[in-house]
Amino acid sequence: MWQPECFKRDMIGQLRAVQVLKLGKSKAGLVHSTYGFNCMKFLSKAMAITWKDVLSEARSKETIPSVLIFAVLVIVIFNFAFGAGPEQMKLIVPGILWTTFVFAGMLSLNRTFVQEKEQGCLEALIICPIKRHDIYICKTLGNFIFLTVIEAISLPVFVVLFNLPLSVLPMLIVITIMATIGFIAIGTLFSALSVNTKAREMVLPILFLPVVVPVILSAVEASKLVLAGGSWSSIASWLQIIAAFDVIFLVVSYLIFEYVIEE
Amino acid sequence: MNTSHKTKLGLLALSAALMIWAHYMVFVYVPTEAVMGIVQRIFYVMVPVAWLAMFSTFVLFIASIAYLKTRKSSWDAVAYSAAEIGLLFTTLAIVVGMLWAKPIWGVWWTWEPRLTTTLVLWLILLACLMVRKVANDPSRGSIFAAVVGIVAFIDVPIIGMSTTLWRGIHPGGIIFEGGLAPPMLQTLLVSLAAFTVLYVLMMVLRVTVKNNEITIEKLKTLR
Repeated sequence: MWQPECFKRDMIGQLRAVQVLKLGKSKAGLVHSTYGFNCMKFLSKAMAITWKDVLSEARSKETIPSVLIFAVLVIVIFNFAFGAGPEQMKLIVPGILWTTFVFAGMLSLNRTFVQEKEQGCLEALIICPIKRHDIYICKTLGNFIFLTVIEAISLPVFVVLFNLPLSVLPMLIVITIMATIGFIAIGTLFSALSVNTKAREMVLPILFLPVVVPVILSAVEASKLVLAGGSWSSIASWLQIIAAFDVIFLVVSYLIFEYVIEE
Repeated sequence: MNTSHKTKLGLLALSAALMIWAHYMVFVYVPTEAVMGIVQRIFYVMVPVAWLAMFSTFVLFIASIAYLKTRKSSWDAVAYSAAEIGLLFTTLAIVVGMLWAKPIWGVWWTWEPRLTTTLVLWLILLACLMVRKVANDPSRGSIFAAVVGIVAFIDVPIIGMSTTLWRGIHPGGIIFEGGLAPPMLQTLLVSLAAFTVLYVLMMVLRVTVKNNEITIEKLKTLR
């Protein structure tokens, strides 16, 4: 079991960093050089942060259950709000699915850095001997795991509640995973940004929603085709567009993340 | 970036002269389009305005990167001005486009890819200006605005490609494919030049005002 060890090692790293802060800046270089850089070490350090997020979520059960309940509630409310017959419902279902995922994603993204900020953990992360943009990778990975768990549970619920054929599941899963990468890539950046503003929960949707419109649009269109009985080749062009946005969002956020969290 | 008074006056004169020339061409010189009739003349205003909306976002993108790298307040002033004037031109592009859409398509607005992506740009630019106000301190606000400014630019190529990617009803590529009659192309180019010079003038003035604002803020903290 390598993760708990890693976690421990990371905590020691953080402690040392704090000690260095007390001793003064001149010795900071020393600690950095003793760590050196090699791939395995980076990987274990990076995974430690993701593991920390997963572990704290597994113990506190703060985010996933509440977001999950929220997702189901959104599905139920939309069902009543539209109240359409089965035929019209087929046209609306992709929209409901993606509205649910976007709202759920936003809720879970809002939490990621709020927790860090409240416990003063963000400062510890920043002084941690790890590059800033590597923190981005770790947090993105953590967010991706959370949202995937939420989607993995709500997607079957969705399929059952709206009487969708089971054969659409594989294609929906692929679309969902690809679109989730896009959400999370840009969402983690804006989540780190909004946590340092006065009205945290208000700022994230205002920044996040317009930017992810192309991803939502493509995902909705692809889902529509799937529900209309489309094949893999018919949704390929939409998947390409989503993939392009995933790459753009990941690269841009990776490059500018360090400016967002500096103290 | 403190431009001299002479340069500003020169830009003003050039902008005014080009504007008058452009208007002469739009209303007198250019022949009326066969299918759409007189309404099509909006084209010579809408294209330059939309071009400046995208160009301003590009300026915002460059100024944001420069500000994050150098941390000079002058770059922040350029980024702020580009976001503000970019928002103005995006608003104009949407409003002028609506005036054209109503007689031709029969609706003010339709959820068509190019229109939607332009509206998205409008929202991101608005967020870029807003994020300065909500940050915990002003220097943080400038950094956040720069980050949003960089992300905003992602939308510009999407607007450009939207007519080919999603196939809406908005025409695309007519200008570059040579679908314009020579007098129409001439009119468009003059109009583009006139609006671009106006944009440069507006930017120069806004950046000067913003720099003065920054200086006053600095003096206030000294006291």
